[in-house]
Amino acid sequence: MLTADIWSPIRLTLELAAITTVLLLVVGTPIAWWLAQSTSRWKEIVATIVALPLVLPPTVLGFYLLIVLGPDGLGGLFGGLVGLRTFAFTFEGLVFGSVLYSMPFVVQPIRNAFEAIGERPLEVAATLRASPGDRFLSVAVPLAKPGFLTGAVLGFAHTVGEFGVILMIGGNIPGETKVLSVAIYDFVETLRWREAHILSLGMLVFSFIVILTVSMLTRRSGQRTF
Amino acid sequence: MLRILAGPLSAVVLVCATPDVARSDTTNVAVAANFTDAASEIAAAFANAGDHEAVLSFGATGQLYAQIAQGAPFEVFLAADDERPTRAVEEGYGVPGSVFTYAIGRLVLYSGEAGVVTGPETLEAGTFDRIAIANPDTAPYGVAAVETMRALDVYDALKSRIVQGQNIGQAYQFVETGNAEVGFVALGQVSQAETGSRWIVPRDLYAPIRQDAVLLKTGEANPAAAAFVAFLKGDEAAAIIEKYGYAIDR
Repeated sequence: MLTADIWSPIRLTLELAAITTVLLLVVGTPIAWWLAQSTSRWKEIVATIVALPLVLPPTVLGFYLLIVLGPDGLGGLFGGLVGLRTFAFTFEGLVFGSVLYSMPFVVQPIRNAFEAIGERPLEVAATLRASPGDRFLSVAVPLAKPGFLTGAVLGFAHTVGEFGVILMIGGNIPGETKVLSVAIYDFVETLRWREAHILSLGMLVFSFIVILTVSMLTRRSGQRTF
Repeated sequence: MLRILAGPLSAVVLVCATPDVARSDTTNVAVAANFTDAASEIAAAFANAGDHEAVLSFGATGQLYAQIAQGAPFEVFLAADDERPTRAVEEGYGVPGSVFTYAIGRLVLYSGEAGVVTGPETLEAGTFDRIAIANPDTAPYGVAAVETMRALDVYDALKSRIVQGQNIGQAYQFVETGNAEVGFVALGQVSQAETGSRWIVPRDLYAPIRQDAVLLKTGEANPAAAAFVAFLKGDEAAAIIEKYGYAIDR
């Protein structure tokens, strides 16, 4: 009943979301830690840049990405190293775009969790002669675990729901850039409503589970995300 | 404070009010993306010629048709094929007898850079990473692009390098930004561009792109819609259509 038309975008979307989430946890954690700890006057500027995708229309991001990833941008600079002219129309290009697009959804909950720890546990650890790295890994990260979970779930879910950016930089290549949301769009446009219904219902159930999960995670930790 | 605002505010009110005073009847027209430039010029000429105005919406023919089927408020539909306007009448959205061919489209292989596209040998040599076409599921120019590649026996070799725009406008944009080196676009899109390189695909390599228009039932009672259709059939519109590289069926 479910053909490759349906499975390929599902698999691709899950891969994209998983890789994006892992990258965002790696990149986002130091940013969240710095935002939580820093007293720099640049802090709010950086926090604003991270939060921009919440406000910008995806078309703005898509437009800039199309230029940045192209032969006159990153594609021209680094594409040659891997035999490409442009990073548009590639899975790697989608990962790059998704990391930017979903960044606030990962950084913000982790930052909140770091801030909620307060200074006290870290000071106690310092008086017990824990090094800064040790204080971060053995005290801050375990205490901020609910923030990491929330960030990971939201980052994953937001990437799964990405549409506008991918529509603009993807080129609709099956198995490479044709993700779920674009597949649904195409099914609707070509009046293939049975397939559109299957995928849309799946997304509906998935989204319900995600939000319920996040709500339960945050209720347990006493922090609200929604 | 009020005094400071009074000047600019009255100007705003004036600007907003003016169109109401000289209000003309408008009609909403759904236009296939390839016809964007020509339609815009025709709409401008139409507005100059009388007291009606046409408000244009652009998209892939398939997309627009799906929107019309869902009750979009379009009154005239300029498709990129001769299938969907007929279907619109059959399925009850179009006015019977109102279908006519307003333009015959030409397919072009285009590159933003000079010297890249020379002829069919550009496709046969295939010295490019990406070739952009319109989505063949929704856009007739995408179908013509696939037909051309099949006719030249290069489709299987090029298949993995195809990137699809949601409509012919996005295919053109992929080429213009350099993300795809070459692409199949409509002659109507590039006929006014002076740079780049192009090969106008011979007519025998793809089925003719007869672009039909239809008056939709939503516009049956609107004089502006009828006036636009009449204008589209007239000499002034024909001159614009031919200027953009389309042929006319007479």
